[in-house]
Amino acid sequence: MTANGWLQIVFYLLVIFLLTKPLGIYMTRVFSREKTFLDPVLRPVERIVYRLTGVDEKHEMRWTEYAIAMLLFSGVSMALLYLIERTQKWLPLNPQKFPNVEPGLAFGTAASFTTNTNWQAYSGESTMSYLTQMAGLAYHNFASAAVGIVLAIVVIRGIARKETDKLGNFWMDTTRCLLWVLLPICIVGSLVFVSQGVVQNLKPYTTVQLIEPQTVQVTGADGKATTQTVTQQVIAQGPVASQEAIKEFGTNGGGFFNANSAHPFENPTPLSNFFQIVLIFAIPSGLTYTLGRMTGSQRHGWAVWAAMAFLFFAGVTTLYWAEARGNPLLAGTDQRASALQSGGNMEGKEVRFGIANSALFATVTTDASCGAVNGMHDSFTPLGGMVPLINIMLGEVVFGGVGAGLYGIVVFVILAVFIAGLMVGRTPEYLGKKIESYDVKMAMLAILVLTFTILGFSAVAVVRPFGTSSISNPGPHGLSQVLYAYVSSAGNNGSAFAGLNANTMWYNTSTAAAQLLGRFFMIIPVLAIAGSLAKKKTLPESAGTFPVTGGLFASLLVSTIVIVGALTFFPALSLGPILEHLLMLAGKSF
Amino acid sequence: MDPVGKIRKKSFGDRKILVRAVADSFGKLDPRTIIKNPVMFVVEVGAVLTTVQLVWNAVHHAGEIGFGLQISLWLWFTVLFANFAEAMAEGRGKAQADTLRKARAETEARRLRPDGSTEVVVSSALRAGDEVLVCAGEFIPGDGEVIEGVASVDESAITGESAPVIRESGGDRSAVTGGTRVLSDEIKVRITSNPGETFLDRMIHLVEGASRQKTPNEIALNILLAGLTIIFLLAVVTLQPFAIYAGAPQSIFVLVSLLVCLIPTTIGGLLSAIGIAGMDRLIQRNVIAMSGRAVEASGDVDVLLLDKTGTITLGNRQATALHTCPNVTEVELASAAQLASLADETPEGRSIVVLVKEKYGLRGRELASHSPTFIPFSAQTRMSGVDLDVHEIRKGAPEAIAKYAREEGQEVPAEILEIVKEVSNAGGTPLLVAQNRRVLGAIALTDVVKGGMRERFDHLRAMGIRTMMITGDNPLTAAAIAREAGVDDFLAEAKPEDKMALIRKEQAKGKLVAMTGDGTNDAPALAQADVGVAMNTGTQAAKEAGNMVDLDSNPTKLIEIVEIGKQLLITRGALTTFSVANDVAKYFAIIPAMFAGAFPVLGILNIMRLRTPESAILSAVIFNALIIIALIPLALRGVRYRPVGAAALLRRNLLLYGAGGIIAPFIGIKLIDVLLTYIGIV
Repeated sequence: MTANGWLQIVFYLLVIFLLTKPLGIYMTRVFSREKTFLDPVLRPVERIVYRLTGVDEKHEMRWTEYAIAMLLFSGVSMALLYLIERTQKWLPLNPQKFPNVEPGLAFGTAASFTTNTNWQAYSGESTMSYLTQMAGLAYHNFASAAVGIVLAIVVIRGIARKETDKLGNFWMDTTRCLLWVLLPICIVGSLVFVSQGVVQNLKPYTTVQLIEPQTVQVTGADGKATTQTVTQQVIAQGPVASQEAIKEFGTNGGGFFNANSAHPFENPTPLSNFFQIVLIFAIPSGLTYTLGRMTGSQRHGWAVWAAMAFLFFAGVTTLYWAEARGNPLLAGTDQRASALQSGGNMEGKEVRFGIANSALFATVTTDASCGAVNGMHDSFTPLGGMVPLINIMLGEVVFGGVGAGLYGIVVFVILAVFIAGLMVGRTPEYLGKKIESYDVKMAMLAILVLTFTILGFSAVAVVRPFGTSSISNPGPHGLSQVLYAYVSSAGNNGSAFAGLNANTMWYNTSTAAAQLLGRFFMIIPVLAIAGSLAKKKTLPESAGTFPVTGGLFASLLVSTIVIVGALTFFPALSLGPILEHLLMLAGKSF
Repeated sequence: MDPVGKIRKKSFGDRKILVRAVADSFGKLDPRTIIKNPVMFVVEVGAVLTTVQLVWNAVHHAGEIGFGLQISLWLWFTVLFANFAEAMAEGRGKAQADTLRKARAETEARRLRPDGSTEVVVSSALRAGDEVLVCAGEFIPGDGEVIEGVASVDESAITGESAPVIRESGGDRSAVTGGTRVLSDEIKVRITSNPGETFLDRMIHLVEGASRQKTPNEIALNILLAGLTIIFLLAVVTLQPFAIYAGAPQSIFVLVSLLVCLIPTTIGGLLSAIGIAGMDRLIQRNVIAMSGRAVEASGDVDVLLLDKTGTITLGNRQATALHTCPNVTEVELASAAQLASLADETPEGRSIVVLVKEKYGLRGRELASHSPTFIPFSAQTRMSGVDLDVHEIRKGAPEAIAKYAREEGQEVPAEILEIVKEVSNAGGTPLLVAQNRRVLGAIALTDVVKGGMRERFDHLRAMGIRTMMITGDNPLTAAAIAREAGVDDFLAEAKPEDKMALIRKEQAKGKLVAMTGDGTNDAPALAQADVGVAMNTGTQAAKEAGNMVDLDSNPTKLIEIVEIGKQLLITRGALTTFSVANDVAKYFAIIPAMFAGAFPVLGILNIMRLRTPESAILSAVIFNALIIIALIPLALRGVRYRPVGAAALLRRNLLLYGAGGIIAPFIGIKLIDVLLTYIGIV
């Protein structure tokens, strides 16, 4: 670990901290329909949208209507994406003449992009046409992010409002989110990426002559290995920059290219790298401020932020330490960081980013349910690879996906308040709202869905041939691969522990199912909580009220998240990465 | 005796309760009973599974007999211990119910016929509306209202208080309870309840826990516990495939042990005991709660409404000072005040006589020779006094006396009017004393605030509870008393309907309101309040409207009720936190034990250095069972409540039950492991 590395990590957290308040205030204004500096431009556009679609600006929805609108919107969008994928051959903007996407993969991808997961069982540059990338995938990057954000807003409204069943209008919230929050920042963001060298064009792929021809082993159709000399390279092109900004800002993570943010056309410079991870945490962090502002308890918002920041810092520290330490099996080799080498375990990492920035990126992308990667998590040391796994297992609440992180952590807040709240001698209450059996039931349901999905699918996959056949490394590492696939799917993260062949019938269907369950079966209980909280009276605060501010509450929240997460997944982890780590120390690797 | 000591002695000293509880523990194994407790139901199913496996192993000589037998036994013990906790909590109530049942024994009643004659019937034949005569020495055959006469009644069967109480027709002391005994005089009682629905019947039901229903918070907690149980069930069920993948499949004994250790058995086993014990603690303090919901609600109370008279102040105003007019000696005034009050039997009048005697040494005088004519107080004249020979002595409201003096051209000195004003401003009631229409001076009657009230209100404030005084006094007087007593707020010139409006207003703000009352006109407010405590001396209507009855009829009992409610909730929270925190250590005991055979490197997770895998698993299971027994006293007694503010309370309890819950099992499991190894059973 180097001073330079630490400086970058701390500087990053500082930037996120400074962005939280302005972004939080801005989002509060957008969703409370207060004046913003963009109104003169966007307000007329908004009106036209409503006139064309027949949305009544005065209509507010109950939670059930909101849920139906959200499901309808997601369902129709998902079907459209499936249709585009299945017909791209006949559609324009396909300079590489890619065939239509296979049904299984097309379904899996549609589910994955609708749920903000962006799990990719394909290589973008060799599967998807430009039209599919832009109108299909990038569109979903915006839409699924907007859905996540407005749901967080609905949960905040549920806490803030009292004695009402009205929670807002889904169509309006989504429109305002797209027009005011996502589009303007992504337009600026894309230009920043272009300035760093990210490509943005609709050209066919370019073929170039290699300066230095390469000799490679190729296995022919007959199974015989032959040696070939390669003199040419095809360089993929495309509208990358415009997709890059929303990929990070909407915590989607679906790369234009297979190598994702490790690809020089997606993430060329240290500056673009830094900008990407800032975009990932921006909205989730800002939403904590919005939570405090809209509920009138800014200190609560900061307490939630502090809990998230603590868990983030603990993760990045462990990961950085594990990777910078290098591989104990290579004892005797110089693995120290120096002017000439990055040091540590550089397998699967970009030399442009080194250990610190790879560790930071991996922590951010898995904390935030983004799933973009600038290094391969599969190649991390066992403990280093366990950090992304745990980050997602905690329920994607360490800042978390846009919106999803906030409503996810509210579930944990409710649990923490319920378990410990009794200890102040009152029935539990959260910001003046009594937490009753219905709320507890829904919160438990939301957590159960995640547990059931992850452990259920993984358990089937590791004992059935259709599951184990995709595993590339045997032993505990294989268990980590399978576990990671379902953790990533159910948590709507979308990053992959590369090494698992996920483009099979079983994995395409089961991960899609995990993504849909993890997204919508989490959202519905959460919306039900919002509806139930909004109906309640708000009790005034007194000296006997359970404090949801300050360090005590923040540490209670951290403990609840860690204990629930650890208790659920410790057995699985102990047979996966923990066992692998211990075996590695004993000299056995996989 | 201090209440905690009393409970402890009762719960563990009484062998009869203990024996009955042990027997009940087995009865409660019935799956139909235990399914109401999802956590313990899972444990019982686990115990059945391991027992079946054990039998199978024994028949097929499949080994693991000793280990399997011990695991099965301890799993059954876990269920039994939880049952025992519940039975212990119920035990005291059942014993008390038995005593109450004796009081309900069939008695004879003299029922009045329409023609006025009486017939003797058994008490169970009485119906609401019947009228009975009860004379000295007889038991009152059922709940009712005294409609004629006055009697002293021994209510010790219900209240435990041996001093007799007065019951009389009309007013707020007319209610009598079946099973109590008339000591003197004869009363006519109109029966108000049918057999089986009497207060005594309800009380028996309540203390026995027969009609106990889960309270809202208990239901919510049960859902949480059931949810956690399902999560751990998933974790354990899916562990087997992972173990198979890793090449280290596990036996049913080990998997069930892991499951039982992880699910929240500690709180699951003690939850209902905590609820029953909370109700029981109220009963120990002579408060009968009509539902557990009310006990829970009392922990949440935000506002306490207290009647001024009798609660905050001693029953009535008392004379505290005399103020003379210019040119009048104190003795002159004192003497006149005494004469004017000798025949005044009101508490105020008596207090004047007492004051004069104590302060000026004037004793009561023989007035007969002066042919006195006593003038009683009337609402028209608003004064009272005495005519002695030629003297006319009067005392009364300042305006009335002033008018009376002016009729004869006597002026009231300005100085005394100033004093009258001062006394009013300070919250007192001024009276003027005049002799032969000449004003001598003023008597100040003031409310005397009960000792220790200020401390109790400070205590409540620290709990986050606002106290509000209700009084019929004018705002000025009310403010002065409120200041002196240290209540947070007051409602002056309150009429019964104002009380109701106030409760509604506070409730609209989302607050929970508690109040006490005894009169029939309190009934609507008692019903509206979230916690309404009726005094046992009060009317039947009040007792039915409230959700608690205080047998001691002590209005400040509310403070204790609130504390018991809070204790109940804290105990639940503390044991839930403790139970969940315990799991960390159990993982470190069981996971390495499960897999250290196949992967010796995992032995590093065995941080407690437990001797063998079998002893590690068994130690965890035994700890898990014993901790239930160990915590029964805490569950029954309740975690102590300290009014130190929510944040400080939370910090303390989190440290004790959260951090303590993580550490304790590490020590406990290690000790059991050492012991097991020492005895050599594993």
